[in-house]
Amino acid sequence: MKTADIEAIEVELFVDALRRRHGYDFGDYARASLKRRIAGIVAELGCRRISDAIPLILHDEDILPRVLGMLSVPVSEMFRDPQVFLGLRTHVVPLLQSYDQINIWQAGCAYGEEVYSLAILLEEEGLYDRVQIYATDINDQALARAEEGVFPLKGIRSFADNYLKSGGRRSLTEYVHARYGFAAIDDRLKRNISFAHHNLTADGVFCEVNLLLCRNVLIYFNRTLQNRVLHLFHDSLARNGVLCLGRKETLAFSDLAGRYQPLDAAQRIYRKVPALDDAIVPTVR
Amino acid sequence: MTTPSSPPCVDAVVVGCSAGGLAALREILYGLPADFPVPVIVVAHHAADGDRLMAEILDRDSPLHVLGAEEKEKAVAGRVYLAPGGYHLLVEADGTFALSVDPKVCNCRPAIDVLFESAADAYGERLVGVLLTGANHDGSRGLLAIRRAGGRTVVQDPATAAVATMPQAAIDADAAQHVLPLHGIALFLRTAADGQAGLAQID
Ligand SMILES: C[S@@+](CC[C@H](N)C(=O)[O-])C[C@H]1O[C@@H](n2cnc3c(N)ncnc32)[C@H](O)[C@@H]1O
Repeated sequence: MKTADIEAIEVELFVDALRRRHGYDFGDYARASLKRRIAGIVAELGCRRISDAIPLILHDEDILPRVLGMLSVPVSEMFRDPQVFLGLRTHVVPLLQSYDQINIWQAGCAYGEEVYSLAILLEEEGLYDRVQIYATDINDQALARAEEGVFPLKGIRSFADNYLKSGGRRSLTEYVHARYGFAAIDDRLKRNISFAHHNLTADGVFCEVNLLLCRNVLIYFNRTLQNRVLHLFHDSLARNGVLCLGRKETLAFSDLAGRYQPLDAAQRIYRKVPALDDAIVPTVR
Repeated sequence: MTTPSSPPCVDAVVVGCSAGGLAALREILYGLPADFPVPVIVVAHHAADGDRLMAEILDRDSPLHVLGAEEKEKAVAGRVYLAPGGYHLLVEADGTFALSVDPKVCNCRPAIDVLFESAADAYGERLVGVLLTGANHDGSRGLLAIRRAGGRTVVQDPATAAVATMPQAAIDADAAQHVLPLHGIALFLRTAADGQAGLAQID
């Protein structure tokens, strides 16, 4: 048998051990990137083979946070893909203007880069006081850091560039403060954000939202899980709610494709439209 | 998949390039016919939004259709796929693409190593890996993985490369089975993809 085929068996055994011992199911994650991450864990744990790490998964009581931390590497940027934020400013802000209370869910928030970018945007557009944002992730360490809102200073240059490209109108120094080689998010931006643990593979709907952002998370899932999570999003979105996916993610292959209208197709911003039968039911009766 | 009676033929070609890569890619792709029988999958280091422009330029000048790779899309013959800027490109066991925004590898995303290592898993001995001009060390590990999995590896002759660092690193890592100038690489790929024997005689 080829090495790659043997390793594929080891990956399945690893996933199975993690699921049965700790209740976290990575079975529907796309395999190629999952294998790279597992290989990283194996190296970090000082094991030679993937299967050598399985006894640790089973018997080491403290291993779960470490393994979860490495399986869900939270990599993000402030105003990543600035055109998306420009798209939100142009197409979504006018829609949100009409609501008194705006609920937003940002799923897969990593260290909070994206949710703070969103908060800045909403603040500048005069909407932030009407907003409640739920920022969720599977990775508790990432959530704790997101809540602190402290970032390495070296990322700030690209942050500033992206901010301007996203249609930013003020100076970043209003939102971030340099502190001992770090950049700290202004506390004022945190006032309407709640960070919470939510696992997209296992947890359900927790509120009704007008805007839902989930970028660069679905690429890690297989089609089955992508579709399941898109249904979760669909059920969480209010009437006319807006869904924003990552630059390389799409609704096109989901059975829900017909239930959305693009607001900005290139930036993967969609609006939920009422189902045909929703409208028909009353007249039929 | 390979039956004992048939010679191991090729299911895909993966290519990595960095500084000076556009001109090098252009020359190689120019030398491949429109009916080239396997997919060509490329990681070129470029600015986050440089991929679209690069695909346009290459598509205009190549007999093959050049386009950006989409996640979950299956790599098919007659097409050249470019990794999108800002994402790692991987190949799954079933020959479909996957993308990730995992940390940079060798300071790059997309990284050549990430594509090559996943392609070595997916295609095994039925893969040709090509590493071209570049100013860093990305690609050596991946090329070695291809070689270990029984695939064939080709490196641009550093003497003919715009920047010699990347091909030289692969040669130093003992990842290169063949060291060829650009026109030799196109010929090598045509021959390999046709499943003809005697490849070693080319260099
Ligand atoms: C690559 S980051 C994306 C960050 C940000 N949205 C962006 O696009 O820059 C992916 C995030 O998804 C989280 N994640 C992965 N699997 C998840 C799951 N099953 N449920 C919730 N979050 C998950 C990871 O912990 C990580 O923080």
